[in-house]
Amino acid sequence: MSTRLANGGRFLDRARALEFRFNGKRLTGYEGDTLASALLANDQMLVGRSFKYHRPRGIVASGAEEPNALVGMGEGGRFEPNQRTTTTELFDGLTCASQNHWPSLDFDVGAINTKLGRFLPAGFYYKMFIHPRPFWKHVYEPFIRKSAGLGKAPTERDVDTYEHFYAHVDVLVVGGGVAGLLAARSAGQSGATVLLIEQTPQWGGRAPVDGGAVDGKPVDKFVEEVTAELDAMPNVTMRSRTMGAGVYDHGYALGYERVADHRPGAAGPRHRLWRIRAGRIITATGAIERPLSFAGNDIPGVMLASAVRDFAVNYGVSVGDRTVVVTNNDDAYRTAIILKEQGLDVPVILDARVLPQDSALMAEAKALGIRVMMGHAISSVKGGKRVTGVEICSQAGEGAVLETVDCDAVAMSGGWSPVVHLWSHCGGKLTWDEAQACFRPDVDNPPTGADGEGFVIPAGAANGALRLGDVLADAHAAGAAAARAMGAERKTSDAPQAEAQDEAPMAPVWMMPNGAGYKKRAKAWLDYQNDVKVSDVRLAAQEGYQSVEHAKRYTTLGMATDQGKLSNINGLAILSDALNQPIPQTGTTTFRPPYTPISLASIAGEARAERFQPLRRTPMYDWHAEHGAYWEPVGQWRRPYCYRKPGESIEDAVQREVKATRESLGLLDASTLGKLMVKGPDAGKFLDMLYTNMMSSLKPGRCRYGLMCNENGFLIDDGVVARIDEDTFLCHTTTGGAESIHGHMEEWLQTEWWDWDVYVANLTEQYAQIGLVGPKAREVLAALTASDVSAEALPFMAWTDITLGGMQARIYRISFSGELSYEIAVKASEGRALWDLLLATGDAHGVTPYGTEALHIMRAEKGFIMIGDETDGTVIPQDLGLNWAISKKKEDYLGKRAQARSHMTDPNRWKLVGLETTDGSTLPDGAYISAEGENANGQRNVQGRVTSTYHSPTLGKGIAMALVLHGPDRMGEVVEVPHIGGKITKAKIVDPVFFDKDGEKQNV
Amino acid sequence: MLILTCPCCGVTAEETEFHGGGEAHLKRFGPGSSDEDFHDYLFSKVNPKGVHLERWRHNYGCGKWFHAARDTVTLEVYGTYPAQTTEPPQDIRDAITAKRPGWSWREFS
Amino acid sequence: MSDAASALPGAEFSGIVKVREAGLQGMITLRGDLADATLKKAVAKAGGQDMPGQRKANMDEQGGVAWMSPDELLILTPYDEVEARIGDLAKALAKQPHMAVNVSDARALFELSGEGARVREVIAKLCPVDMSADAFGPGDFRRTRMAQVPAAFWMSDEGTLRIVCFRSVAQYAFDLLRGAAAKGGAVDYF
Repeated sequence: MSTRLANGGRFLDRARALEFRFNGKRLTGYEGDTLASALLANDQMLVGRSFKYHRPRGIVASGAEEPNALVGMGEGGRFEPNQRTTTTELFDGLTCASQNHWPSLDFDVGAINTKLGRFLPAGFYYKMFIHPRPFWKHVYEPFIRKSAGLGKAPTERDVDTYEHFYAHVDVLVVGGGVAGLLAARSAGQSGATVLLIEQTPQWGGRAPVDGGAVDGKPVDKFVEEVTAELDAMPNVTMRSRTMGAGVYDHGYALGYERVADHRPGAAGPRHRLWRIRAGRIITATGAIERPLSFAGNDIPGVMLASAVRDFAVNYGVSVGDRTVVVTNNDDAYRTAIILKEQGLDVPVILDARVLPQDSALMAEAKALGIRVMMGHAISSVKGGKRVTGVEICSQAGEGAVLETVDCDAVAMSGGWSPVVHLWSHCGGKLTWDEAQACFRPDVDNPPTGADGEGFVIPAGAANGALRLGDVLADAHAAGAAAARAMGAERKTSDAPQAEAQDEAPMAPVWMMPNGAGYKKRAKAWLDYQNDVKVSDVRLAAQEGYQSVEHAKRYTTLGMATDQGKLSNINGLAILSDALNQPIPQTGTTTFRPPYTPISLASIAGEARAERFQPLRRTPMYDWHAEHGAYWEPVGQWRRPYCYRKPGESIEDAVQREVKATRESLGLLDASTLGKLMVKGPDAGKFLDMLYTNMMSSLKPGRCRYGLMCNENGFLIDDGVVARIDEDTFLCHTTTGGAESIHGHMEEWLQTEWWDWDVYVANLTEQYAQIGLVGPKAREVLAALTASDVSAEALPFMAWTDITLGGMQARIYRISFSGELSYEIAVKASEGRALWDLLLATGDAHGVTPYGTEALHIMRAEKGFIMIGDETDGTVIPQDLGLNWAISKKKEDYLGKRAQARSHMTDPNRWKLVGLETTDGSTLPDGAYISAEGENANGQRNVQGRVTSTYHSPTLGKGIAMALVLHGPDRMGEVVEVPHIGGKITKAKIVDPVFFDKDGEKQNV
Repeated sequence: MLILTCPCCGVTAEETEFHGGGEAHLKRFGPGSSDEDFHDYLFSKVNPKGVHLERWRHNYGCGKWFHAARDTVTLEVYGTYPAQTTEPPQDIRDAITAKRPGWSWREFS
Repeated sequence: MSDAASALPGAEFSGIVKVREAGLQGMITLRGDLADATLKKAVAKAGGQDMPGQRKANMDEQGGVAWMSPDELLILTPYDEVEARIGDLAKALAKQPHMAVNVSDARALFELSGEGARVREVIAKLCPVDMSADAFGPGDFRRTRMAQVPAAFWMSDEGTLRIVCFRSVAQYAFDLLRGAAAKGGAVDYF
């Protein structure tokens, strides 16, 4: 059984006991425990079930590489699935539950899959579910969906907050082991600004567990001293609980700080995503031990040798009373030695190597009385939910059992793989290290930055320097080199010297025993979480998956939440063997960020709920909200679609607003319309280029409607231009066009006509603008000003500055409704005051505020186009019958050349007309007008489409605007408009101006 | 995510402050131009592997357009320069040549 | 003027720093040739401060001048005096191309105050800017992105930072600042 040892546990504060729950069971641990170490201390080796076969799964590793021990953590608004117990700090009151089983962890019905294992090989799903085709949607997919996924998705809204933080440094050091500490120290001593981040709460990494001495001091002591030294350096910042998640272009890196995971509910953010920009990035990310592939290597109790050691040294936890060590290298002997020193039993060390003489570590183990069997291996592990023993065989043979040894844990080591993820994220290349049988960074091919130089420098074990002495020298040099590249060249202290035992070389072992047959290979796991075995990878190779990327996807090797940290190298070694080619020729799959999963909420940062995206408000927003506004999003603006009275439907409100405006007086918040001031001696010339019509001939005091096209000839915006004085124009744009048209103007001024004297300013938000619309508009306006606003003094398409209720106001007499209408602009700060004033003064006429839908209906009744309805980026003004607004005199304007292209002058382009339904109904939005026959795909031919459609309260029937083939030549013709579902409405082609064709109402 | 130095306000900032604007040094063809010239102006853009001259706008900063000489493979930025020019200035050309002797881009080298 | 209201009158929040909407502030956008001597003189008169250098701001309690781009300045004045100052500018610059417009009502202004390091942190949570004291301090002026909206800020002293954004997004900006300044959110970085 696994249990807490009486002594040891360098991370523990045994004075502080913590209570937690696993599957409802009350357990205790200590401050400093991870959830994994606390579970093991309570003899909870079984922690989950695998994805495919629902095999019992135990803790394998002690850190970020753990594939099995994932649990659902927390409750309610803090529930999160798939949390890795080995990287979860224990806290008082922690609640968690195992995943992927039913009805219980100990008895799981899904485990039947393991018996069916031989019928569920790699590619099973692809092969099985392809036929018969219709079965996919109705049978297979619902079934597969039910069994998909490991943990459950949370159902409640996340109650925590998250944030980003931008940091700029000369040198970012990722990893707080001895390599990271030393690299940070030499970089800091050189004078560079340094940020050192470490994913765990502790500094020092593995070295204190592995032992040895630095400069004559125990590693522990050395780590303590360097940490203190760094802490005192003003140019060095250290952050623990912060993982280097990804490295990106130009020295950009993400750090994932788990601020409050270990103290949920504390004030402040739960996670903080550090968006770091560094001149150089040092990856001191260490190395990960590889499992060995032998039959039964997935049975709970089989663990990495380093993890067994970590649990004993760091957490005072014994994972078993009798631990068999199996290895292909010297390092695992450290585990055996430590266990023995703790008083635990190590019945045998199985070393696959055959060496001419004992190394120092081997001699030490033997001196402790541990039996060492060279050239031996595990034939298979015995046990179900827990290891009960191992069968021993020769590594060289096919697995004939020589001896059976009882044990309750197996510590395995297949050698070490440098963590090259961050080096590789942005394109750093790898090279195969034959001696250590691992990929390590090819330092001659680093990712390059803005200066064209490599910006990532690997250090220590992450650079393939696996021995303590090599780590120290490499890291010290890396820190100084990074600082030097940033121009910081102050003298550093000397690199520290290590004292560590010499180690015999490792020997690569990819299959144990070497000649294992199918039966053994089918029980030798590579990917524990996704249930990929040696046999699956060999099958993939056999079926022709030669590319490692294809084999990965076919077998799902390395595609689980651990992204193959343990399985990838072993898997591609098997693939290489099956393909009979060297490992470097097979190559690796792509390393992509993040290094381990990070919370989606941390990526979103502040952008949640009311901060999800900016919501733009006009100065009258609060009034609208208080008066029943039904909101319509227009870009980032919120505009009232209509104002509902209590009990009123949206449709009724819209109809009421139209009628009231046509009959008496309406009020529109038009503040969102773009207002661009264009000023300078060349302003007229400039606007002549931007608009299709002539703006330079406009007289000061007057307004003109204009169209804007892009260089492709397509209509992009429209609006009324007012000439303020000889040099100054005020251009109104659509609500959505304010920023883009401002940008469009600046682009042409800056990049094409930079010698023209024109300045543009976006004054959209400087003014609140209110439409005072309807037959009573003038009466109300006149009551509020001493100025003459008569038809003679202020005719249609004129503007004037007046004082209105004590406010400076600019009145544009323009109309988008066909009514007598004034748009009144005042400073935004006075917008609400003006709105209130107009409401009070208009009260006698039943003034009715109206929303965007009433606005749309009234403009459609008048046949006015709307950008975004009648246009969709493929429509030119000529399509819309707007030839009158296209100057024939101008030699050039943006879009003119394009509009002369053959497709643009094609007489068969669909043209704008009005449609009136014969039965008075309203046509569906976006409907097509059908034509005879079918196209090549068997769909009905079409001859036009509806661009706007409304029920007109003024006319009491359905009206629409449409683009129709030869439309203007077909007045009076009745066409058919099919609905979804087959119903057909007949509509008559008519003039798009439905109401007051002569403009008598607006011109009064 | 790239970092660029805006030559107009001098700030070095991350890509989110900027907006890419495609190929630099386009020559506008207007009314009277041939179909072929106009077509090339509108649609035929180069997409080189290596040295590229491109337009950017510092839209969250000073609002100005500028040009960048950049390598699309190594992501090296050889330099940035104001947009009010019809060709890359000599110092930019020299900076590219120093790293990529024999380079060419459209009619420039 | 009596009815003029700023975007979020009285909005205030206290966390790791104090955030408050700073009320109505006169602001003039001036575009023109910044190297021109006449313009420099007119700016000094309108803003009460000398022409700032690239990405600098010369500010005091009454107002000041900020460098927006190679051909644009932002002149701060008391809200009530904007029209008069624009009139002065127009007169002084009558003979040269320029543009001077009132943008006071198009903007919202917020003030962060408290410990300098905390003020810097709040901005560094929202803007992709190096807020270390070596890179940014009183006298500097930065236009950038605050989360998803454009913004510009300057520090009048180590413990006070003012930030300008568009008026329509004032609530969003306030929510951002309030969130970044929430209690427990100190980063302890600067």
